[in-house]
Amino acid sequence: MEKSSQMGKNRTGMDMSPMHSEAMISGAEEYQDAGDADGQSMALIDKQYIGEADPIGSVPMPGTLRGALKAGMEKVAGHNPEVFLNKLGERLAFERTGVRLYESVITKCEAADESHPVGPVTVEELRRIRNEEAEHFRLLKDAMESMGADPTAQTPDADISGVAAMGIQHVLNDPRTSMSQSLEMLLTLELTDNAAWEMLITLADDLGLEELVAQFRHALAQEEDHIRVVRSWYETMIMSQAAKTPPAASH
Amino acid sequence: MAINLFDTRGTPLDQQRFTWKELVQKPISKLDDDAFTRVRIILMNGIEQQANRFQHLCSQMNGDLREALACVRRVEHHQQTMVNWLLSGDHSPLETTIGYEQVAIEVTGAIAQQEPDEYLAQVYRFGLLEDFDHMYRYSALMDRVEGKDANNILQSYTDIIPGRRTSVEHRHPIDDLRDFYDRTDAEPISKLNALTIMSGEHQTRDYYMTIGPTFSDPVARQLYAEIASIEEQHVTQYGSIIDPDETMLEKWLLYEANEAYNYYSCMESESNSRIKAIWERFLNYELGHLHLVKELFEKHEKRDAAEILPEMLPDPIPFESQREFVRKTLEEELHLSAVGPEFVDNSAETEETIEYREYLNSAGSPSEAVAAGYQWQPGTELSREGKVRAA
Repeated sequence: MEKSSQMGKNRTGMDMSPMHSEAMISGAEEYQDAGDADGQSMALIDKQYIGEADPIGSVPMPGTLRGALKAGMEKVAGHNPEVFLNKLGERLAFERTGVRLYESVITKCEAADESHPVGPVTVEELRRIRNEEAEHFRLLKDAMESMGADPTAQTPDADISGVAAMGIQHVLNDPRTSMSQSLEMLLTLELTDNAAWEMLITLADDLGLEELVAQFRHALAQEEDHIRVVRSWYETMIMSQAAKTPPAASH
Repeated sequence: MAINLFDTRGTPLDQQRFTWKELVQKPISKLDDDAFTRVRIILMNGIEQQANRFQHLCSQMNGDLREALACVRRVEHHQQTMVNWLLSGDHSPLETTIGYEQVAIEVTGAIAQQEPDEYLAQVYRFGLLEDFDHMYRYSALMDRVEGKDANNILQSYTDIIPGRRTSVEHRHPIDDLRDFYDRTDAEPISKLNALTIMSGEHQTRDYYMTIGPTFSDPVARQLYAEIASIEEQHVTQYGSIIDPDETMLEKWLLYEANEAYNYYSCMESESNSRIKAIWERFLNYELGHLHLVKELFEKHEKRDAAEILPEMLPDPIPFESQREFVRKTLEEELHLSAVGPEFVDNSAETEETIEYREYLNSAGSPSEAVAAGYQWQPGTELSREGKVRAA
């Protein structure tokens, strides 16, 4: 069983120190009445700032006139190409980060020993997925260049998807996190990735970019396989641990 | 174990070395370690940070001491690194903030009770009630923005109830200046206490100034801006109780003695044996620094260090819940404000302070907004919502 699933002297709950906890509760009740807890005052401040807020940033313009006139961009005339470019940039950034996140789990898998079990997870399978994420990154880079867009720029949705992934990175890079905790993060990543590829295909299809649609469908098929693999690993690890009699806690 | 400051020479400076692996050790467990282990880590980070800050300033004002300062300071820097890196990566900035306020409350509470000078003890009690309110405001923020219970960090040692309202803590800078102790007749423990609390408050100010803008939520950004401003006031207050006529070397001597005193206090109370060994190692490092500075002091000032330092380190700072003392202070001194160095009833505040505060709060008060109607409940206030609905 992974150590993070074993019982120990976790001190965070009220039951760990009954006398102190009783004093906490009686003090809170004695010194402060509970009032309207609907957060209206905070919402007023939030709404004021929302009203005044600038956007996260903008989608970069194609760097050259020649770029803007490339075939891809001409095809999307009559639409708002920046929406597609923003999403392409997001996917590119996400896949690029995904490569690094899989590399982090590969390292964890390579460090496996008795106290750090990895269950059915294999380095080979993780490498295959990592390489496919890298392939998707290059596919998106080529797609952006074919549209005359700059694949080195960070689009607004690329930025916020990076912010959203910060928690996942934080968990994966922590040497203390277990393989099942890491797999849960990968599953979160892959589920989001899957839905995002579907969105991208719908957009490309709407723009009539048939060649890209075919390439993206291939990527989506690979991502669906990633979900199947990761979910199966995750469920196997959790269920196999739940089935065993837990050993006595050790510290 | 009693420590004699004149007999114990500690670890010689040239033997105070580190590898990166030593500097970055296994962190504590946020879930399983005792909250007071985190309190000691945060406090010692602040003590080391202030030692480093002081020594940098000295170096820019005293050419003769530059080399000695550079050598000691490099070690202090690495000590700070080893200590601060003991905090684990699963502490969010807001969770660490709760830890910082727990330090402010529990350590200031302990020091207020051991301080022999009644005026200085009053200064600590005054600041205590203000930091105590910050805990309540940040706990409300954590509950209402992140959906988390601050007591997971506090482990029931520290109350989450309002203190002197943060919104009324804002005062004109002149009203934050206190009388300073007299270096010629103050007890050594009074000088050490002042350095401890000033160091803790200074790191808190710097921490809030660093992490405040990393929040996206407007209320959080405002609340950190507001409480950082009070921490700046507290640094002003606690800095002002230190006699400005102490010489630079006299101050350096006191800084090193205080570092030794704080590590000694940590060592005496630490429950995690691995961390306790770090406190003991660094106590010996500080005694080594103290020995070096004593020699510099005696060489340059032609005075005996025994004029400044106590022979034995005082009784260690107790690291334990100060709940009863805090509540008693709350009941007796909540109404206080300050007019210059005097503590007065809040009805007697200066026009300058009233005007200063009213303008700051004139477009709304984040600390009032975040905690409107907030009563801490085990498991967050959403637990109460469930109870009310069930009833």
